Amino acid sequence: MTAFGYRLPAMSSLLVWGLLWEIIGQLHLTFFVPPLSQVIITLVEIIGTPAFLKALRETAIAFLSGVAASVLIGIPVGILMGKNRLIDEILLPWVNIFLSAPLTALVPVLMVLFGFGMTSIIITTTLFAIWIIILNSRAGVLQINRSLVEMARSFGASPLDAFFKIYVWAALPEILGGVRIGVIRAVKGVIIGQLLISIVGFGALFELYSSNFLMGHFWAVLLVLFGMAFAISEFLGYLERRVAYYAASR
Amino acid sequence: MSQTDAATAPSSGPAPDSAVSVRNVSKNYGPVEALKNLSLEFPRGELTSLLGPSGCGKTTLLKIIAGLLQPSAGEIVIDGNTVTAPGPDRAFVFQDFALLPWASVIRNVAFGLELRGVARSEREAIAEKYIANVGLSGFENSYPHQLSGGMRQRVGLARALSVDAQVLLLDEPFSAVDEQNRRKFQEDLLELVRNENKTFIFVTHSIEEAVYVSDQIAILLPRPSRVSEIIRPSGFRNKGIENIRRDPEYLDIVDEIWASLRSYAE
Ligand SMILES: Nc1ncnc2c1ncn2[C@@H]1O[C@H](COP(=O)(O)OP(=O)(O)OP(=O)(O)O)[C@@H](O)[C@H]1O
Ligand SMILES: [Mg+2]
Repeated sequence: MTAFGYRLPAMSSLLVWGLLWEIIGQLHLTFFVPPLSQVIITLVEIIGTPAFLKALRETAIAFLSGVAASVLIGIPVGILMGKNRLIDEILLPWVNIFLSAPLTALVPVLMVLFGFGMTSIIITTTLFAIWIIILNSRAGVLQINRSLVEMARSFGASPLDAFFKIYVWAALPEILGGVRIGVIRAVKGVIIGQLLISIVGFGALFELYSSNFLMGHFWAVLLVLFGMAFAISEFLGYLERRVAYYAASR
Repeated sequence: MSQTDAATAPSSGPAPDSAVSVRNVSKNYGPVEALKNLSLEFPRGELTSLLGPSGCGKTTLLKIIAGLLQPSAGEIVIDGNTVTAPGPDRAFVFQDFALLPWASVIRNVAFGLELRGVARSEREAIAEKYIANVGLSGFENSYPHQLSGGMRQRVGLARALSVDAQVLLLDEPFSAVDEQNRRKFQEDLLELVRNENKTFIFVTHSIEEAVYVSDQIAILLPRPSRVSEIIRPSGFRNKGIENIRRDPEYLDIVDEIWASLRSYAE
């Protein structure tokens, strides 16, 4: 992006929004929005505290487990659906329903089934992330050039070879896109899980800070969360660009 | 199986030794009869062209021989064995190239060997040799999207050559090549047939090309597809590559084939 002939660094729009936030905060319009500078000072204060680190660890474990489960189950299931008509017919309606279902409403059911612990939180996270990963992997496989598969077969590829050397790679641009959106949804899932199921991790911090009207703390934790989600999504976006050279010419 | 019989049987000439036999093969796609009761012998070490109008089932026949499609009836016999699946004795050059877009030229050419578990350094050495053979030296690390259609087709050809299969199945391998290169490749192909003792099955739309490169031409007619005629150009083969296109027999055969195919041209 350029302005007045100068090349602006990436993400300079964030600076503008940060500045706006600071101004609104300094005007003391509402207790809900403290100045950004104050939020950042709070952030530096709390970031090393045991309570924060404990919350970070709890959230990270739930988030990473949920994402891992979504990726490890979602990609193979999506690829199988793309390869096999029967499996596709059976699973597709469910995937579509769950993709658009209000998953928050399902959380109490999960609590009944899996208790009030980490398991339920991880499952909630997975449920938020997995459907879009399945759908995207499936879409990736559906657009594979049939003759690539025939080619591999004609040179003696086993089904496993075909899976790892053809299907995964040919569908990779779509798969990565699905994982990127899935990861963002997983952030939502893990926080909702922590708020509704058992008050742990960042969910507990949000609960604590907002009920005590500690808005500076509240926003500080939100900033951390946003920063982490942003970093992961940027990384996956970078991977997507790495495979873009062949996405257009498959 | 019956090769020894054939060799000892009193016959007028040497019995042609078939590398591939197509026996009474039919193929239906639902209600569409693509092939009906088609039989054809492919002599070992020779190049046989399949020539016929678009949609008459040439690709279908080639894929059945490759083991990629199952015939609805009949069988393919290679060295006494019935074909049921793809095997290392056959290599396919695809009409639409079928290159891995995420892999470099050298990995694409070595891909057949990779699937066979050949070690990396070994298969890349072999691939490099065939990349040079098809005139793509210097493009080893390019990607398919950086190549022209003709160059991509040559990558597919090099991949099929590098697995050293006895039977090469070529589905319109020169269709994306411009006229000058096409002539060059036809000469290279003749060279290849002479030097490598392999059986080539070659699909083409071009009558001139078929007559120029073939030891045997099978003319297929559509609906339902069958072999209508087998022509064996022989007279001009040894007169030198430069003279073929002026040879009277060459011109006669081209005319003859055109006469039998013209009724199917739109
Ligand atoms: N997968 C398929 N499903 C249904 N019909 C098919 C299929 N593949 C081929 N056909 C039909 O079978 C017939 C023969 O097709 P094939 O591709 O073998 O022709 P071809 O001789 O290779 O044509 P071309 O010269 O245009 O490549 C055509 O009529 C085609 O419509
Ligand atoms: Mg064809």
